Amino acid sequence: MSRFPTCLVLGLALVATACGGATSEDATDAVGEEVTTTTAAPASATAGPATTTTVAIAGAEFPAIATGDNGAVEILARPEAVVSLSPTATEILFAIDAGDQVIAADSLSDYPAEAPTTSLSAFEPNVEAIAELGPDLVVLSFDPGDVVASFDALGIPTLVQSAALSIADTYEQMLQLGVATGNRDAAAATIKQMQADIDEVVATLPATDEPIRYYHELDDTYYSVASTTFIGEIYSLLGMISIADGAADLNFGYPQLSAEFILEADPDVILLADTMCCGQDATTVSERPGWSNLTAIADGSIVELEDDVASRWGPRIVDLLAEVAAILVATSEAG
Amino acid sequence: MRVSRLWWAAAGVSLVVAVLLGVALGPASLRLGAILADVLQTVSPAGGEALGDTQHAILWQLRIPRVVLAGLVGAMLAIAGASYQGVFRNPLADPYLLGVAAGAGLGATIVIVFGRLDGVSLLLPAAAFFGALGAVVLTYLLGFSVSGTSTTATLIVAGVAIAAFFTAIQTFIQQRNAEALRQIYTWILGRLGTSGWDEVLLVLPYVVVSSTVLLIYGRSLDVMSVGDAEARVLGIRVSRVRLVVVIFATLGTAAAVAVTGLVAFVGIIVPHTIRLLVGSAYRSLLPLSLLFGASFLIVADLLARTLVAPAELPIGVITAFVGAPFFAVVLRTSRGSIG
Repeated sequence: MSRFPTCLVLGLALVATACGGATSEDATDAVGEEVTTTTAAPASATAGPATTTTVAIAGAEFPAIATGDNGAVEILARPEAVVSLSPTATEILFAIDAGDQVIAADSLSDYPAEAPTTSLSAFEPNVEAIAELGPDLVVLSFDPGDVVASFDALGIPTLVQSAALSIADTYEQMLQLGVATGNRDAAAATIKQMQADIDEVVATLPATDEPIRYYHELDDTYYSVASTTFIGEIYSLLGMISIADGAADLNFGYPQLSAEFILEADPDVILLADTMCCGQDATTVSERPGWSNLTAIADGSIVELEDDVASRWGPRIVDLLAEVAAILVATSEAG
Repeated sequence: MRVSRLWWAAAGVSLVVAVLLGVALGPASLRLGAILADVLQTVSPAGGEALGDTQHAILWQLRIPRVVLAGLVGAMLAIAGASYQGVFRNPLADPYLLGVAAGAGLGATIVIVFGRLDGVSLLLPAAAFFGALGAVVLTYLLGFSVSGTSTTATLIVAGVAIAAFFTAIQTFIQQRNAEALRQIYTWILGRLGTSGWDEVLLVLPYVVVSSTVLLIYGRSLDVMSVGDAEARVLGIRVSRVRLVVVIFATLGTAAAVAVTGLVAFVGIIVPHTIRLLVGSAYRSLLPLSLLFGASFLIVADLLARTLVAPAELPIGVITAFVGAPFFAVVLRTSRGSIG
């Protein structure tokens, strides 16, 4: 219990420091050049080119106003002690050249390798433990209820970016992190590069008459995704359509399918996103009772994805796209 | 009190109808005629294929084993529930009374969280099984340490204590590993969906042995229903009977739970409903529970996989939704007693 007084003192010191400077309550009085950013209205991407985002950069970078799920967040100076409690945000921060500004990342932030992973929890953030590190920006994907409010009280800006629902959301989040960390140019450049990479991958695909039907497996009890989800949108860029689309309505895009249905639907491609959580791979799938009859197994059209790459919405979606496209190209060349 | 022959016939017919419906209906559209032809062919091979390869696989590798598994598990849970109600003289007793659910849940959680890389499918049933058994053993030890012999009240309270303890550990592990929550929750809600013949073969010996032993003890349960002291006077070795019934009911329940997760309600609703309709003589209640329990779960599973096809509902949701109102109706309209 001897740590408690230390935490208390640190906490008080932080509060004192924060009160000394401008707090978020002074936001309306802050003087600074307004930053205008324009984002093209996202079109839904279905087997077509990726959406475009244009950024107009004007004036000084700070104070900046970034927008997250918790509304407009004012950041007064370039943050040099960013704490990221979202694995996707960590990936984005490193991709937009903000990596050296990150002092701590949560326990699940395992990419890139140089990310400063700590034992902080992404799901159960302990405000004191985070505050102890002396952050000047905290990025979250999930607020259990009191984290943002606690940091507001401490005068530390927080940015909440929950799971993207579309690729346009991903670009927007990257942009906002760029605004928040003073890396707007790098963010814009990364976005442009991602769009170019995606277009390049899509261009390698052979033309098909019918959409390619896929089954994306989330775990070994047959939870799947529909085309309306984020990852469904990524697959749509490749001209793919989920066999689970008929079941989507009641299940918010993530229905649990029955094995009978999967066998009868006979998908062209099977994508396994449960290689790490549930030990599934091409061999275990083909050994399931009755599954050896499937076309995808006979053709070898099974993609083993890393669970993390398939569940995060950061810069590695391009890698995911490329991996799946490679399988599609190989399958069509094989006949 | 003799049970009218009609009820036996009804039990048999309901089981047959349930099996037929379960095999004929499902998310994959297999024509009934083709199914019958395929079955006949498998029994006595003839030329030509009644169903395509995939459909044949769906029928024999997925649907029929699933129906058989539902029947076995439903029968086991119902007869175990009836036995527990008899041996504890408590209408709220169900197969999970002595901590079976908490123990199995903890075993499953540990494997799901820590055994991920090794391929969950093999370890999971074993862990759930031994977790369930371990919980009941601990309950008995705790009950015995309090009083020299096991009285019903002591055992039930010990069961509550052990269940609470195991649930607390499980909750702690779940909290620390929130990314495994969906898998754990899916298991807890109960699922017959990933079955093949392996799971049926795993459960079959336990169900057969447990049910046989429990059926034999039906008469003793009738005598015990008048009270421990009276039963002893009448020559029943109460503690021994209680121990044997608990052991075998638990073994069967643990095996059932190990492959399908925690299917709730079956063990309490089926015996009660039969009691209200037919009467409380365990001699007939136990076998009727066996048959009606099987039919109930087969039909519940059928609904679970067809209501929102091609998606599936967890079977625990169906049993609760369907079972509870049905039970309320029977309660209101019958003149039987719960006793």
